[in-house]
Amino acid sequence: MPGSRGFDVKRYSVFAIAREALRWHRGWERAWATPEPKPEYDVVIVGGGGHGLATAYYLGKNHGITNVAVVEKGWLGGGNTGRNTTIIRSNYLQDPSAAIYEKARSLYETMSQDLNMNVMFSPRGVMMLAQTEHEVRGYKRTEMANALQGVKTEFIGPERVKELCPIIHIEGPRYPVLGALWQARGGTARHDAVAWGYARACSAMGMHILQNTEVTGITRDASGVTGIETSRGRIATRKLGLVVAGHSGQLAEMAGFRLPIESLALQALVSEPIKPCMDVVVMANTVHGYMSQSDKGEMVIGGGTDGFNNFTQRGSFHHIEETVRALIETFPMLSRLKMLRQWGGIVDMTGDRSPIISTTPVPGIFVDCGWGTGGFKAIPGSGWAMAELMAKGQPGPLAEAFGLSRFREGRFIDESVAAGVAH
Amino acid sequence: MLMLTCPYCGIKADETELTPGGEAHLTRFGPEASDEDFESYLFQRKNPKGVHFERWRHAYGCGKWFLAARDTATLEVFGTYPAQSKAPPKRLLTAIRRKRPGWEGWE
Repeated sequence: MPGSRGFDVKRYSVFAIAREALRWHRGWERAWATPEPKPEYDVVIVGGGGHGLATAYYLGKNHGITNVAVVEKGWLGGGNTGRNTTIIRSNYLQDPSAAIYEKARSLYETMSQDLNMNVMFSPRGVMMLAQTEHEVRGYKRTEMANALQGVKTEFIGPERVKELCPIIHIEGPRYPVLGALWQARGGTARHDAVAWGYARACSAMGMHILQNTEVTGITRDASGVTGIETSRGRIATRKLGLVVAGHSGQLAEMAGFRLPIESLALQALVSEPIKPCMDVVVMANTVHGYMSQSDKGEMVIGGGTDGFNNFTQRGSFHHIEETVRALIETFPMLSRLKMLRQWGGIVDMTGDRSPIISTTPVPGIFVDCGWGTGGFKAIPGSGWAMAELMAKGQPGPLAEAFGLSRFREGRFIDESVAAGVAH
Repeated sequence: MLMLTCPYCGIKADETELTPGGEAHLTRFGPEASDEDFESYLFQRKNPKGVHFERWRHAYGCGKWFLAARDTATLEVFGTYPAQSKAPPKRLLTAIRRKRPGWEGWE
């Protein structure tokens, strides 16, 4: 890659594909290095999911900090990055949310070029169905808020919904489609490729991606953090970023503080692959279901969260039942479809359903968590804001409103309506 | 599916009959409290990966609130007890210690 100082990464291009095709694809190399941990780094990020890797990437790209390690207990993108339904949108109600999610969405538009990795961003359009009068009013309000925030959304009527997505049954009877909030520039991307693309770009900048390295302790002295204990030995650092979603509470406990977070299981499922039948993303928040069709043809369906604390990466069956039951009324053609796989991810829920990008009571430790049920869409924006926070020690304009102090001061960014379940 | 025995009506109910109510034994802080205490009462949670004491309501049964001890990493239920309890019953704590020797306690 141009300007690289680290791991030698060959550029992906149409010529590379042609060259490899001529030699039986034996020349493809590893996308990132697997180094031994150094005893010390300027910055250590815990969590090798999208948010952690994006933070590392923008630390290097925007702030020139490349002596960075990303420490991951399992494999890259093996947590919620690989478990979500890949929806990207920015039609939130509150200004701080709209700003960071819209930043993220706009970065997704050029991500494939920036990272030289095809993340298959597909701005196919996202519609959030209004199936009750309350939702109609709520989404019309969001449409107005979005207009003021510079986020293009539009409230559309049921006929237009049917035109955009012919497989929807709009008449009800239980859940008639009364309209939808339509964001034409929202869509989906390939989640694994986002993690891999960032990892590859980080490795090319000389950063260390340390997989299968579990953090077992965090050390600190009077002046702040001094390092981490890991399953592969001690790593010293004066700047530590905790970007671990559902396990944020466990890491915070190691560091000696608590977070306003509870971890719940959120479920998703995919069907057997079928021919293309739906080229938009449809979210139905009343019935806790959302759906898109993957490029392979599977219907990707997201469900609801359990109401109780859960770290098992599987949810309760009755949530799946509720989701599917409601979806087949709105999409009758799904009723004969077999579901292939079901899984759960551990999401970190805050009291106001908005994330935390913040300094912490321990100097040198920063947290980026609380993305709850909708972190994938935010990955580039979150990384951008977290990198700025870690580089400067102070939050920039994107992260400012998402500080931990908001819970004490009552400055909530209430997105329980915009986020709800289908986030 | 998660099954809890309601300590009032004695019915072993599955989770569709129950409503979860979050962490148990929170100390309620009111108007005279410090900002820290009030924030911690409203938002700070233990959220352990392991033994968790929590509130449940037998919503589609007797309708009463009760408390339960459950492992959030395995979904194993250690027991349930009435909501009026200030602390988990000793018998329950002993049972948990027997199953989780390294457990650091509930406080």
